[in-house]
Amino acid sequence: MIKNKTVVNQSLTINYYLLICVSFFFLLLSSMSLKAQEDTLVKNHDEKAEEKAFDPGTFIFEHIGDAYEWHIATFGKTHVSMPLPVIVYSKEKGLNIFISSKFHHGHEAYNGFYIDEDPKSANKGKIVETLSNGQVVRPFDISLTKNVLSLLISVALLLFLFITMANTYKKNPGKAPKGLQSMLELLVIFVRDDIAKASIQKNHEKYLPYLLTVFSFIFLNNLLGLIPFFPGGANLTGNIAVTVSLAVFTFVITTFVGNKNYWTHMVNAPGVPWWLKFPIPLMPFVEIMGMFTKPFVLAVRLFANITAGHIIALVFYSLIFIFGSMNIYAGYGISVISILFTVFMMFLELLVAFIQAYVFTLLSALYFGLATEEHEHKEQHQQH
Amino acid sequence: MGLVLPEYGLLFWMVLTFGIVLFILKKFAWKPILSSLKERENSIEDALELAQKTRDEMAKLQADNEKILAEARQQREELLKEARDIRQKMIDEAKEKAAEEGDKMIASARQAFENEKSTAIDEMKKSIVSMSVQIAEKILKQHFEDPKKQQEFLDTYLKDIKLN
Repeated sequence: MIKNKTVVNQSLTINYYLLICVSFFFLLLSSMSLKAQEDTLVKNHDEKAEEKAFDPGTFIFEHIGDAYEWHIATFGKTHVSMPLPVIVYSKEKGLNIFISSKFHHGHEAYNGFYIDEDPKSANKGKIVETLSNGQVVRPFDISLTKNVLSLLISVALLLFLFITMANTYKKNPGKAPKGLQSMLELLVIFVRDDIAKASIQKNHEKYLPYLLTVFSFIFLNNLLGLIPFFPGGANLTGNIAVTVSLAVFTFVITTFVGNKNYWTHMVNAPGVPWWLKFPIPLMPFVEIMGMFTKPFVLAVRLFANITAGHIIALVFYSLIFIFGSMNIYAGYGISVISILFTVFMMFLELLVAFIQAYVFTLLSALYFGLATEEHEHKEQHQQH
Repeated sequence: MGLVLPEYGLLFWMVLTFGIVLFILKKFAWKPILSSLKERENSIEDALELAQKTRDEMAKLQADNEKILAEARQQREELLKEARDIRQKMIDEAKEKAAEEGDKMIASARQAFENEKSTAIDEMKKSIVSMSVQIAEKILKQHFEDPKKQQEFLDTYLKDIKLN
């Protein structure tokens, strides 16, 4: 017993040391990178005519953002990228569908459309057009961007995986699962038992298709986002539009399945003093705000977690180039540390990929559970 | 700012795609998967239940068997005991009977022997008597051939009588 205890204590202290070391390194690196950034910025101004210096901000935001082409690699000055279809509707020119290679990596305009490259513009990196009156506006833009393609790829993968799995069940009914089937079954059972059954009191089967789809979608895209090259690498679940869409689905379902109990609770929460409700409807206001903040938080949490993971990995890589631009050997030196930290972050991100999928699904399930909860509030609140 | 503002193009594609995927997966994946899982779980549960039931039955059977065995053993013991008793009794009876018979035989033999003996003794007595009489007769004859002696004898007797 005593021996075990000391072992545990030892490992705990080791963990603490590790944590302290890691945070210290982070501090050191971030301060260095800031300094380096300043230096490069200064340098940037000096040698602007000579060559575009490495700018970590642009580098990072280009990687986590969306694009009209899927950049795969650059060899010297040759960009290898996959052009994607652009679909824009302009008031003046109508519907335009063309391939994004017409822009020549954003250097040329096509049919009056061009990619705004002004760093101060609100539409930076987006397709804009100059109207006949000289005004620069964004056309209605539903282009198949990098993220949309990534979405389609991930969805195709998702459909393939789970329909294959379903067919395996049909093919070998009543047999022990094996291979892909047993791997995915783990997730399905996890969602069913630990998320849906645990959070939704009654009729949890009704919500399972949505919960399973959301879980597998987020998990798969989180994992695909960790793969640095095509077909991964798009920051799909770290895109606010994607997380907002998912949160909207959860919100719509919660609102539609909400029973009398839920709405009563919303408008006239039982067990709350009347003066919180009557002259100024404070509680109803808070409750109704909560109805919207819940999905909002869902969206922001997923977006922030995944984006942060990508940013950290990219910052580590940027460090190599920042140091490299100061001194080539410093760049080589820092690359070792950068890679080590990125490997560490990758493992952390693997965990985060699962945890965020789990949290999103669990909270969605909890909201459904709350919206369909049936119990005698009066009794419960009197007891408290 | 562009990072935290949802892009409507992607929003549009996402809602559309996700909706379709949700529908397709629900119909072609989740439904068969979940029903198969449930079916399998039920069958496993049934099998486990059946196994438990069978185990219980087996235990019951075993208990019954043991009971029957014990009963049989007891019965055998009883039978053996009874048989032993009967044997003992038979032996005892036979012994008793034999002893009785023996006694009887000995008694009858003794009786016969006694009878024989008495007859023999009687006969012996008779023959001894007759022989003695004969001997006496002979002796007397021989003795009393001489009249003088007869006289002498008579005199002795007479003397005795006189004494009386």
